[in-house]
Amino acid sequence: MSKILVIAEHLNGKLNSATSRCVTCANAIKADSIDVLVLADAPEAIAAEAAQIAGVSKVLTIANAANAHALAQVLAPQIAKVAAGYTHVLAPSTTFGKDLLPCVAALLGVAQVSDVMAVEDSHTFKRPIYAGNAIITVKAPADQTVVATVRTASWPTTGNGGSASVEPVAGDAALPTHTRFVELQQGKSDRPDLQSARKVVSGGRALGSSDAFSIIYSLADRMGAAVGASRAAVDAGYVPNELQVGQTGKIISPDLYVAIGISGAIQHLTGIKDAGTIVAINKDGDAPIFEIADYGLVGDLFQIIPELEKSL
Amino acid sequence: MKILVAYKRVVDYNVRIQVRPDGSGVVTEGVKLSANPFDDIALEEALRLRDKGLATEVIVATIGPADCQAHLRNGLAMGANRAIHVVSDEAVQPLTAARVLLKLVEKEQPGIVILGKQAIDDDASQTGQMLATLWGRPQATFASKVEINGETARVTREVDAGLEVLDVDLPAVITTDLRLNEPRFIKLPDIMKAKSKPMETIAIADLGVPAAALLTTTHYAPPAKRSKGVMVKDVAELVAALKSKGLA
Repeated sequence: MSKILVIAEHLNGKLNSATSRCVTCANAIKADSIDVLVLADAPEAIAAEAAQIAGVSKVLTIANAANAHALAQVLAPQIAKVAAGYTHVLAPSTTFGKDLLPCVAALLGVAQVSDVMAVEDSHTFKRPIYAGNAIITVKAPADQTVVATVRTASWPTTGNGGSASVEPVAGDAALPTHTRFVELQQGKSDRPDLQSARKVVSGGRALGSSDAFSIIYSLADRMGAAVGASRAAVDAGYVPNELQVGQTGKIISPDLYVAIGISGAIQHLTGIKDAGTIVAINKDGDAPIFEIADYGLVGDLFQIIPELEKSL
Repeated sequence: MKILVAYKRVVDYNVRIQVRPDGSGVVTEGVKLSANPFDDIALEEALRLRDKGLATEVIVATIGPADCQAHLRNGLAMGANRAIHVVSDEAVQPLTAARVLLKLVEKEQPGIVILGKQAIDDDASQTGQMLATLWGRPQATFASKVEINGETARVTREVDAGLEVLDVDLPAVITTDLRLNEPRFIKLPDIMKAKSKPMETIAIADLGVPAAALLTTTHYAPPAKRSKGVMVKDVAELVAALKSKGLA
């Protein structure tokens, strides 16, 4: 008897693959129906993309100029209205979902389950705590709406092939004007997106400068990989913050993760533990990264990386 | 303007946590406790705003057992003017924490409430957003830069796509990301001074916070272990291994 509402994440008129991962999680709940809600200023193109995700029953849209940017306090009251009649409301555990969904939970007066990594039954979930060093099983009250964010690294995307109907709904909640979008400063990149890439090459403090980081970009391009970084590399200004991988950055699960000059602090490891194969290249043979690496190579990265690039 | 800082005590970020063999919880006896790193950043930001003359008073508040007083003294030693200790022997979940903080907000009428973006123990990342919602005020989460301009704040937020800039009317709730600032170290004389700063103690039951139906944790488990890897001697061996797995 589960009726699930998935909140679509989108940017620049395109649906984010995190939405499809939420649908996969919703399927694991054995839902009777899965509806996707798109809030935007012009939701049509995004809704059309969402309608193709296999298993989606309906795509609901709320078109409103106030929804041009995803402001949590503006979106939340509209979602809370639509949520009536649903047993579950899901959103991805990205910065979008983390910002938004607790507001929906607070409006509904229910607790929120963060970072669902596995589903036991419709109200019982597994989630990580302590930077992924413990996994807890939590039960949500049976008589309340379940509000949960979905740990995208734990769920693959659902294939396309669906043909859900698209229905505009009224989102006639009173919307606040106390928050105003100013701008989004976005790094321009032609490389694959870090969160959905099959291969990721990450660099750490050992690169030493933003100029030296170019060898990471060069290797990544050779491999068709996305580029990531440790907190140390971001703090030192070698790369922009959106490349940070770890507990407070992005949590990813590529098929291949190559960690270069990264020691492997707990906070970094939690972001990569679900990678298929982990390769570590570090000059310190005792670095903690080698404890979780499938293949480790000890040596000077400035010699190894060019050699590796040539051999691929 | 007053600034209220939510200041949680957690297991120190350097501790490698152990799950009890019977799955009943994690071992917290004898484990080093510290301020949640994001909350130290929150307090530091509040102190900087006060140093610039943009705030008159910084209040640190925590919800926790009786021995949390030492933790609050730490916040006072860092520079907070006074502390509020909401005494609760049971750990509170984010919705309850937000409802408690709302009571403190109603009492203190702060211009800004600053919280960490998440606590590193439950990793929930909910309390600030829930407080803003219950209060009916703006939120600016994951902040890496805060500028106050009269009745509004311009906040730069770390989002997946890059950096987002928002203007929010005050009062507002801000949650801190790692790059907002570098928290100051506490000096010995400040620890002595902190002993005489005011600390108010309130029993959680006296706040009249509505009970919430919450999540029940039924089991704790260690994470799945990755199988032990191998060390390769050179690039050729590494490339061969990756090729055999179809990864290169």
